[in-house]
Formats: sequence, C-alpha cells, structure tokens
Amino acid sequence: MSAAVTAHESEAAATHEQRAFGFWLYLMGDAVIFALLFATYVIMVKNTAGGPGGKDLFDLRNAGIETALLLVSSTTFGLASLCSKTGNRGAVLAWLLVTFVLGAGFVFLELREFAGMIRIGAGPDRSGFLSAFFTLVGTHGLHVSVGLTWILILCGQVMLKGLSVPVTSRLFRLGLFWHFLDIAWVGIFSIVYLPGLL
Amino acid sequence: MFGRLTIEALPLYSAIAAGGAAVTVGGALLVAIVITWLGAWRYLWTDWLTSVDHKRIGVMYIVLALIMLLRGFVDAIMMRAQQAMALNSGGYLPPEHFDQIFSSHGTIMIFFMAMPFMTGLINIIVPLQIGTRDVAFPFLNSLSLWLTASGAGLVMLSLVIGKFSTAGWTGYPPYSGVEANPGVGVDYWIWAILISGVGSTLSGINFIVTILKRRAPGMTLMRMTPFVWTALCASVLMAFAFPALTVACGLLALDRTFGMHFFTNAHGGNMMNYPNLFWIWGHPEVYILILPAFGIFSEVVSTFSRKRLFGYESLVYATAAIAILSFTVWLHHFFTMGSSANVNAFFGITTMIIAVPTGVKVFNWLLTMYRGRIDFHPSMMWTIGFMVTFVIGGMTGVLLAIPSADFLMHNTTFLVAHFHNMIIPGVLFGYLAGYMYWFPKAFGFALDRKWGLASFWCWMIGFYLAFMPLYLLGFKGMPRRMEQYNDPSWQPYLMVAASGAFVVLLGIAAMVMQLYVSVRDRKKTADVTGDPFDGRTLEWATSSPPPAYNFAVLPEVRDREAFLDMKERGVERQRPAAYEDIHMPRNSMVGVAMGAFAFAFGFAMIWHIWWLAAACGLAMWVAMIARSSDDDAEFRISAAEVKQIEDARFRALGSQAGRRA
Repeated sequence: MSAAVTAHESEAAATHEQRAFGFWLYLMGDAVIFALLFATYVIMVKNTAGGPGGKDLFDLRNAGIETALLLVSSTTFGLASLCSKTGNRGAVLAWLLVTFVLGAGFVFLELREFAGMIRIGAGPDRSGFLSAFFTLVGTHGLHVSVGLTWILILCGQVMLKGLSVPVTSRLFRLGLFWHFLDIAWVGIFSIVYLPGLL
Repeated sequence: MFGRLTIEALPLYSAIAAGGAAVTVGGALLVAIVITWLGAWRYLWTDWLTSVDHKRIGVMYIVLALIMLLRGFVDAIMMRAQQAMALNSGGYLPPEHFDQIFSSHGTIMIFFMAMPFMTGLINIIVPLQIGTRDVAFPFLNSLSLWLTASGAGLVMLSLVIGKFSTAGWTGYPPYSGVEANPGVGVDYWIWAILISGVGSTLSGINFIVTILKRRAPGMTLMRMTPFVWTALCASVLMAFAFPALTVACGLLALDRTFGMHFFTNAHGGNMMNYPNLFWIWGHPEVYILILPAFGIFSEVVSTFSRKRLFGYESLVYATAAIAILSFTVWLHHFFTMGSSANVNAFFGITTMIIAVPTGVKVFNWLLTMYRGRIDFHPSMMWTIGFMVTFVIGGMTGVLLAIPSADFLMHNTTFLVAHFHNMIIPGVLFGYLAGYMYWFPKAFGFALDRKWGLASFWCWMIGFYLAFMPLYLLGFKGMPRRMEQYNDPSWQPYLMVAASGAFVVLLGIAAMVMQLYVSVRDRKKTADVTGDPFDGRTLEWATSSPPPAYNFAVLPEVRDREAFLDMKERGVERQRPAAYEDIHMPRNSMVGVAMGAFAFAFGFAMIWHIWWLAAACGLAMWVAMIARSSDDDAEFRISAAEVKQIEDARFRALGSQAGRRA
C-alpha cells in the first residue's frame, strides 16, 4: 500500500517537473514574440512621419524609476521564493505583496507616460514609430498586468491552501514569468529608451 | 449595440453565396437533428466533447479535418470550374466571390484541414508509441482542440454572416489593410487564425514535454520511432514558429481595428515587414505539416515491407536538420520584393540545401522497400504514390529556389502547381496513409482495402490531371488567382485541370464509401489482437481500441522496434503478477467553454461589438483562473477494475487463438 502511495507521489513530482518544463517552453515562445516586436521597432524607429520621435517624448527619469521598480520587484519575488522553501507562509505573503506594490507602481508610471503621450497627440495611430513603440512597450506592460493578477491569485491560494505542493509549484512558475519580464524590460530600456534619448 | 452587424450581413448578394450559406446552416441543423434523434447529446458531451483522453481528442481533431477537407475541396472544384469556363466571359462566379473562394480554400486547407489532421494523428499515436498513459497536459490538449475548432467555426460562419477575406490565404497588406478592404472579410481571416494559432502553439509545447519527459522506461531518444521523432521536430517548430504568426496577424489587426501604421501605405508604415513576419512562421509551417507525414511514411514503409527501416539514424538527423534549416529560408517566398541580390542569393542557397536532407529520406524509404516482402495495403500505395510524385515537386522547388528563375515564375500557376505538388502528395497522402494504417487501432476494426485503393488511384490520377497543366500554364505566363482571362490557348489546359478536380472528387467519394462499407462490415473486420498488420512498434502492443489508460503496465523498451522485440522474445502477452491503481485525468468542460468564449470573442472583434468582446475576454480569464486553481484534476481506476478490463481482453485473445488453431 505504502509503495503505491509513494509511486503516486513520485508521479505528482514528475507532473510538476513537466509543468515547469512546459512553462519554460511557453516563455521561449513568448521571447520569440518579443524578439519580433523588437525587430519591428528597430526598423520603424525612424518612421515618425513628421511626428514626434523618441527624443521629444521619452523621459529618462520616468524610465529610470520604472526600471528600478521592476528590478527591485524581481529581488523581492526572489525573497518570496526563498521563504516558500523554508515554509514561512507569512513571509511569503508579505514579499508577494511588496512585489505586487512595486509592479503596480511600474504599471501606473507606464500608463501615465502613455496617457501623457496620447494627450499631446502622440498616440499609437500617429506614426509607424509610435505604433511600434506602443505595441512593444504595451505588450510588456500587459504581461506585467497579467503577472500582477496572478500574484493576487497566488496570495489567495497561499492564504487558503497554504504552501502545498501544487501552490509552491505555481509560485515557481510565476517566478519564472516575473523574472522573464525583467529581462524583457532590460531589453526595452536599452533598445527603446536609451538610444531614443542619446 | 451590434457594432457593424446589420441585416445587410446576410449573403443575399448572389444566389451561389446564399446557397453556400443554406448548405452550411442546413448541414449543421441536420447533424443536430440526427444527434437528437439518436438521443446522443449526453453521450456526446460526457464521452467526447469534454474528454481529455488523447485518443478521443485525436479522433475529434480528425473529424474536424475531414469536414473541413470537404469544405476546402468544394472551394477547389468551384475555382477549377470557373477557370475552365471563364474565357472572355465572367464564368459563373463574380470576382468578389471568386476571391473569397481562393482565400478560404487556402486558409481552410492549411489551418483547418492539414493542421487538425496532423495534430489528431499525433494525439492518437504518439502517446501509444512512447508507451505512456496520456500527454503531459491533458486539459491543455482539450483547450487546443477547442481553440482550433472555434477558428474553423469562424471561417464557416463567414459563409452565413458577412463575407470572408478576398486577400488570399497570406493576407498581404496594403490590400488586406483597412483602406483597401474596409469590410469584415480580412477580420474573419485574422481572428480565425489568431485563435487557432494559440491552440497550435499550446499543442506544440504539450507534445515537446510529452515526448521528452514521458517515454516508457528504456526508450532512449534513439529508440523512438520515426513518427515520434518527426512529431517532436514538428512540435518544436510549432512552439517557436506560431508566435511569429501571432505577431504578423496581431499587428495587422492593430492596423485595421485601432488605426495603427505597421503596414499602411502612409504615416511611416512598412508593408514589407509583413511578408517577413508571416513567412518566418510560414516556412517552418510547411515542415510542421510535412515532417509528421514523413514519419508516417517511415512507419508504413517499414511495416508493409516487413523490414527494419533503412538508415534510421540518417533519417533522424535529416529530420532535425530540416527542422533547423526551415527557419533559414523564409525569404524565398518573396524574392521579387526587392531585397539585394546578395540577400536573395543567400536564401536561394539555403533553400537548395534544405532539399538535401529531404533527398536523404527518399533513399531511406526506397532502400527499406528494396528486397522487402511488400504488402500493397492502401497505406503503402499512398506512400509509393507520394515518393514518385513528391520528387517531381521537389525538383520544381529547387528550380524556384533560383532567384532569377523565380522572377519569371513568381505569382504564376507554376507556383500553384509546385506547392500543391508538395502538399498533396507530401502532406495529405501521408495523413491518409496514417488514417488507413491506424484506423483499426483507434476503432477496433479495419478500413476496407478495395475502396481504399480506389480512393488512392482517383486521388493520384486526379492530382496529375489537375496540376501538371498548371506547370505548363505557368510557363505560358498565366498568373494565379484569375477570375477570367482572354488567352484562348490557356483554356484547354484549364479544362484538363478541371477534369482532374472531378477525378479527385471520385477519390473523396471512394473515401466516404470506404468508411460506410467498413462500418457496415465492422464485425467481420474486427481487430481482436490489437496487432492487425504484424506491427513493430508499441502502439500495437495494446488492444484496439486501447483502454483509457493505454497500458495496464508500462512496457519495458529494449529495442527501437519495441513491440517486434517483445514478440521475438515471446513476452508480448505476458501478464503481471498484480495490477496497480491507475490515476487518470478527469474530464473537463472548461476546454469546450473556453473554445466557445473564444469563438464569441472573435466574432465580437470582427463586428466591433465591444461589450461582447470584453465580456468574453473576462469569461475566458475567469475560466482559466478557476481551472488553474484546481488541485484535484485526477481520478483513480482501481487495480480491480484494471484487472477486469485486462481479463476481458485476454479472454477475447484466447478465444481468437482457439479459433485460429
């Protein structure tokens, strides 16, 4: 009997390992999407059609604060992951909430930047350059927003179900997602904002 | 309230379009009436639609593919008839309608016939061949199916409400842009493809994980069957190429719906970026479709020649090489777009290189047949017909790979003949070979041989009649997609081509007949052994159809031809001392529900019904969260139940053996 139970447990462990691998593959596919959006942005960066370009629109201070928020949120997520290993439920919740606040701050700054640009007539329908900018940065922002909802859902699960095996395995995949978004943002900062201002 | 949807959307602009709508609605009603008459709704819902069993999902994929094959073929025969009669006249189809037909023909045959056929065969067979009980993500598998089905549903719906795209199956801007094409046609195309494309990406991920992580003990990579290898390579391509299609169609949708300027003519758009994005997906797609067919040919040729596959390792390496190279040739689809000579030369050379591993495979199959004891089963005939025909298509492909030659042939019927010459024998013949080969495994009785052969010969002859004239017409300069023409010297060729389409129609009729005859005689052709063709690989080790759990005990693999090896060691019928409990995934209605929401979401985006789009988007989101929070998605089949099922199987096997003796 006990042998059968262990067999089932090892099966469950294999299931979570497979999910992690599958999630890696999904992230690689997502990376293809970002790569193509980056490529599209780079070939369209000069197509301003007489409208404003990056120099007129970007604000390095805003982008810098966004970067700081997102990078720190990756660290705090890392701390949540570490606490989940030691089974400290309260600490996991606390770090997840800090991560959420930082991420929400990032999304707020991005939306404020978008709204400001649209207000001065530099929306995504103004030029090819701006279509590419809004789509690339907006796709990343959408991912972060999805990540934020996911953080809240997992906070709920940690509270209600505790750090069970399925919950920790979901936490692990959310971590992969969150760190991946960090990497994508580093790309956006160095390919969109920096060259736009230099 | 209803966006741009008004009563004008009904297809009353032409009698033929209205007839098409009537047939679609009538067909759907007829199916519903038959199901109600049989009282089968509950059975259909609990045993099929909500099933997460890979075998049932596979069967549903293939049913979808066969239905869409009929629809796509009706389009084909309508085009052939139009061109046969449209010399200096309008024929019977107005241009607007003809353009919809060639657009939907290509879209349906690639996305909703070939893709589901392939995914269906992989679903049914791969888990059996690697000796596992299910795919890695059974629920995701059901979701993929329903996303594909909802895309197909949108294409069918465009017959009844509104119009389909007139921009061809590739939808190039600026013609597919909102300025030239303000109606809903292109939007139908975009959303059908976006939704089903997500399903294909998920299938790709699912099968990579399944094949790499769930093989039976002892099955090393180099002991995987050729079909599993090709399914693996195709899955890798699906997971990494389909995101490019999502980007291409997504950006086009942003242009059309939100007035952006990715591919527009003015405001800094760059329409040449579109063919690049599209074909970064589109060329790997060719190999996504054809590699699994190559796998099927390899299985069939080895089984029906009674020989081990010749040069297994070279076939595996050739498959992997094709998978990698398929990402390096996309530009050959638009040599004439104006890239520099050096760029064109680079892509011309890579295109010729990719023909080499494909050539290797032809020798693998030929030399497997050499001195084999060949059984001319219909599957084997599809394989032989493929080899002969495919080599011709391959050579015209190498011809087109030369950029300077391509400038002459570009956009002519030569190109049409070339890619049909690759895809009909290469892809469709392969899937039909697989369909006739594995049918007894899926249903427990074999398909009729005589009608299978009749179907093969009609398809084969019909193919040559329909497409060889198009090569010649291409040399004579006839552009593709012409609704009418004024060169009388083209008409005889077009008449021959039309006659070919009618011979193919006979082939399809023979397939329907084969299905009917086989179901009628199913008692006579029942497969009790689970191994009707003296098979060599693991799918034949279990019963036909296999039980829900596939294998009561996971098989030990010691050789590439695992089941043949078991038979040679005389252990293929060995029973274990005791059975164990088996955990299997529970059925779920979330997949169907999400497919339905995706369908309504696509419809709302097409017709600009924003509240419905928001509601459906939210519903999908909630369904996904609910599903992903579920910790208990499995149920247990007790050891006693397993024993009962297995006892019944061995009793049947025993009585079979007794009858033979």
